[in-house]
Amino acid sequence: MKLIINNNEYEIDDKITNLLDAFLYIKENINKGLAFSYGCKSGVCGSCSVRVNGTEKLACTNNCKELDEILPLKNLPVTRDLIVDNSNIKIKLSHANAFLSEKSTKMITQSDVLDIDIESSCILCNSCYSSCPVYSVNDSFLGPFALTRVFRYINDTKEINIQTKLDLIQTNGVWDCTLCGACNLVCPQNIDIKGDILKLQNLSVQNGHVNPMFSSASNSGFNSDFDNTFGGGFNPNGF
Amino acid sequence: MNEKTIPQQLTVYDVVIIGGGGSALSCAIAAKTKGLKVIIVSKSSITSSQTAQAQGGINSVFGNTDDTVESHISDTLKSASGVGDHDAISFMCKNGSNAIEWLDGLGVPFSRNDENGIAKRKLGGASYKRACYSSDYTGLKILHTLYDTAIKLDIEIVEHCMLLDLIKKENKVVGITYLDIKTTEVKYILSSNTVLATGGYSGVYNGFTTNNKNTTGDGVVAGFRAGVELENMEFVQFHPTALKDKFILISESARGEGGYLVDKDGNRFVDELLPRDIVAREIYKKIKNNEEVFLDLRHLGHEKVFHLLPQEYKLILQFTSLKMDEDLIPITPAAHYTMGGLKCNKDSETSLNNLYAIGEVCSNGVHGANRLGGNSLLEIIVFGKQLGDSLKAKNISADSCSDCVKEAINKNKESINKLFIDHCEMNFYLFREKLGIVMFENVGLFRSDKTLNIALEFIEYLENNMNNFGIEDKSTIFNTNLLELFEFKNMVICSKAIILSALNRRESRGSHYREDFQSSVDTFEFKTIIDNSFKIKMVK
Repeated sequence: MKLIINNNEYEIDDKITNLLDAFLYIKENINKGLAFSYGCKSGVCGSCSVRVNGTEKLACTNNCKELDEILPLKNLPVTRDLIVDNSNIKIKLSHANAFLSEKSTKMITQSDVLDIDIESSCILCNSCYSSCPVYSVNDSFLGPFALTRVFRYINDTKEINIQTKLDLIQTNGVWDCTLCGACNLVCPQNIDIKGDILKLQNLSVQNGHVNPMFSSASNSGFNSDFDNTFGGGFNPNGF
Repeated sequence: MNEKTIPQQLTVYDVVIIGGGGSALSCAIAAKTKGLKVIIVSKSSITSSQTAQAQGGINSVFGNTDDTVESHISDTLKSASGVGDHDAISFMCKNGSNAIEWLDGLGVPFSRNDENGIAKRKLGGASYKRACYSSDYTGLKILHTLYDTAIKLDIEIVEHCMLLDLIKKENKVVGITYLDIKTTEVKYILSSNTVLATGGYSGVYNGFTTNNKNTTGDGVVAGFRAGVELENMEFVQFHPTALKDKFILISESARGEGGYLVDKDGNRFVDELLPRDIVAREIYKKIKNNEEVFLDLRHLGHEKVFHLLPQEYKLILQFTSLKMDEDLIPITPAAHYTMGGLKCNKDSETSLNNLYAIGEVCSNGVHGANRLGGNSLLEIIVFGKQLGDSLKAKNISADSCSDCVKEAINKNKESINKLFIDHCEMNFYLFREKLGIVMFENVGLFRSDKTLNIALEFIEYLENNMNNFGIEDKSTIFNTNLLELFEFKNMVICSKAIILSALNRRESRGSHYREDFQSSVDTFEFKTIIDNSFKIKMVK
C-alpha cells in the first residue's frame, strides 16, 4: 500500500491497516527521520492527530488505505514533519479560565455529572483547532476546545463564579465563532462543540452581554428607536 | 567545551518535578499552593501521560458502607503477598477519603449513586465496592482536572523535555539535566528539591503492553545511575484483559460489572474476580495452548455496557468492528503495571538527600508483589499530594553548584555530539522489537531459570553492542530517533534489573511466577534490592 506523507510516497506492508502502525513501520524500516507524535495507541492521549485527506483524525484509531494523503494539523506552527507546536493549549486554557474557579457546596447528582460528561472527556488533541476557519484568520480566537472547556466548568454545578468566566470569553471568544460546526465533525470524542458555544452565547446574553455584531449593526446601519440594553444575540443559523 | 557554552541559570527552584502524570501534578499543585516555586518537566504533553489510560477507578473507603479502612488495608496486604509495607499501605488507605474529597473539590466529575454520593464499583481482589469512578474515563478526567488546576495556579510547565541525569553535589541532588527534544539542546534546572514522577517501565515489553510509549523507565534509570537502589523490579503486573493483537486495555471494570471470561466453547474457566495475576495466568495458559479466550459481556445488555464502558465500547468498535454488547471480544494478557522501581520510604524519600520519587517510578511498598486494582490512582494522588504538602524550600546557591552542573552537562553533551558524528551501525528499532518479544515470552507471566537466562543472554548481547546503536536522523529539530535511542538504552537497563531480580527470586509470589519454583517460600518473604553495580540482596 502507498501512503503519501507530506508529499513523500511510502510503500508500506499491505498487512498494516492502522495509520499509526504505518507511521511506525515507516520510521523503523524506511525513514528513521520521520517525525510524528504518539502516545497511548488507544485514543485517549490526544497526541497523534494529523490530517488524512484533509480531515483531522487520530492516527492510532484510524485505518489507512491506498494513497491516503497525510499532513500535519493546520493553524499551528509545524515543528517538523507531522509534529506541530501545541503550546497553544496551555495558553488558550489559561486565557479562557478553563478551570474550577470557586467551588460551591451544592449537592451534586448523577444528572449534574452527566451534564458535563462529554465535555470533560476532551483529550486536547487540537483537531478542532486545526479545522477551525476562524482560527486560521485570527490566532487570538480562544477557539473550540478552550470554549467547550469553559462551558464544561460554567455548566458544572460545582462552579459558583460563572459571571467572570462569561466576561472572559466575550472578546476573541463566543461571538467570533461562525457556528460552522467544522470542529464537531472532527472531534474524536464526539463533543458538540458548536452546541456548547451556542449555549455560551445564550448564557452571555442572559447575563448582560451583547453580541458585538448585533450592536455594531444597530449602530451603523439600522436606525432603530429600540433600546438595545436588553442585549440580543446574533444567530447566524437563523433560529 | 568551555564554561561559556553553558548558559547561566539564574532561577533556583524550590521544586522540580519530572513527569506529567497524576502524581507529578498532585505534588506540583500542593507545593505551589503553599507558595513554593515549582516547575514541571515532562517528556510528552502533560495530558498524554499514562494516567489518562487508567479506567477502572480509585479506591477509597468513606460514606455509608460496610467497608472499612482496615478491610482496604487487609485486601492490599493480601495482594502484596507478604512483601508489602504495612505502614505505607496503612497511610495510603487512611488517606483515601481525603484524596477523593480533594479531587472532587478540584472538579473531578465522579459518577454519583442514587443517594447523590460518589458511586463505587467493585474491582478484583476487593472485599467491597470501593473504587470511585468517572464512567470509564477515571484517569483521563482526574488528569485533565489536575492539569486545569495547574493552569489556574500558573504552574510553570516545560513539555517535550527528557530527563537525562540528576545533578549531584556530594550526596545531595541539586537538580537535573535534560534534553530539550524540540532543539536537541542539553539544559539544566537547579532546585532544592527534585521529584521523580516519570512513571514505570512496562515499555520494556514493547508490543505486549497496554502502556503508553513513554513508560521506558527513564526516571528509574536516572535515579539508579545516581546511586538509588532499585527494589522489587521482578514484580510486573500482567493485565488479564487486553484486546487481542492490539494490546489495548479493557478495564477490570468490565469484569467488575459482571463480565465473563470464556473459552472457545463459551465455557467460563476461572473466577473472573480473582486477583489479576491468577486470572492472567489462567488465560495465558490457554493462549499458549493456541486456544482463544474471550470477554463476554453480552448478558449485561446494551444499556449497561454502553453506559458503564463507553470508552471501551467505542475503542473496540473502532479497532475490531466488534460490539461489546453483542459479540465475544478476543483478549490476551498484557504487561500493565510495574510494582518495582526506585527504593523509597513512605515519605517518598530516596537514599539521596533532596531526591524524592512518587508514583510508578518508585517502590514505596504499597503494592508489594502485586497491585490491587484501583490502588494505582490512589497511590499517585495520596503520595503526590502528601509530598507537595511536606516539601520545604531550602537554600541552594547556583554558584556553589556550577562545577557539578558543568560536569553533568558536558557529559551529556559529549555523548550526544558523538551520536551525531558516529555512523549508525545497528538499527536499534529491530532490537527494541525483539526486546519486547524476548521479555514477554521469557520474563512474562511464566518464568524459569531457563527462560530468564535466555533473556539475560540477549540483554548481554545488547549491552555489548550498545555503542553500535546510533541515530540515522541527524536533525536537531524534534529528533525522535535520538529520543527513542535514549529510551531504548533505559529499557535495556530496566530489563536487566528485572531479569536478575527474577532469577534471584527462586519462588513464586504475587505477579512473579516461576514454573520451576511454583510455591512461595518463607525465606523469600523479602524485598529484592539491586545496587548500581547490579549486586542483589534481599531485605525485610
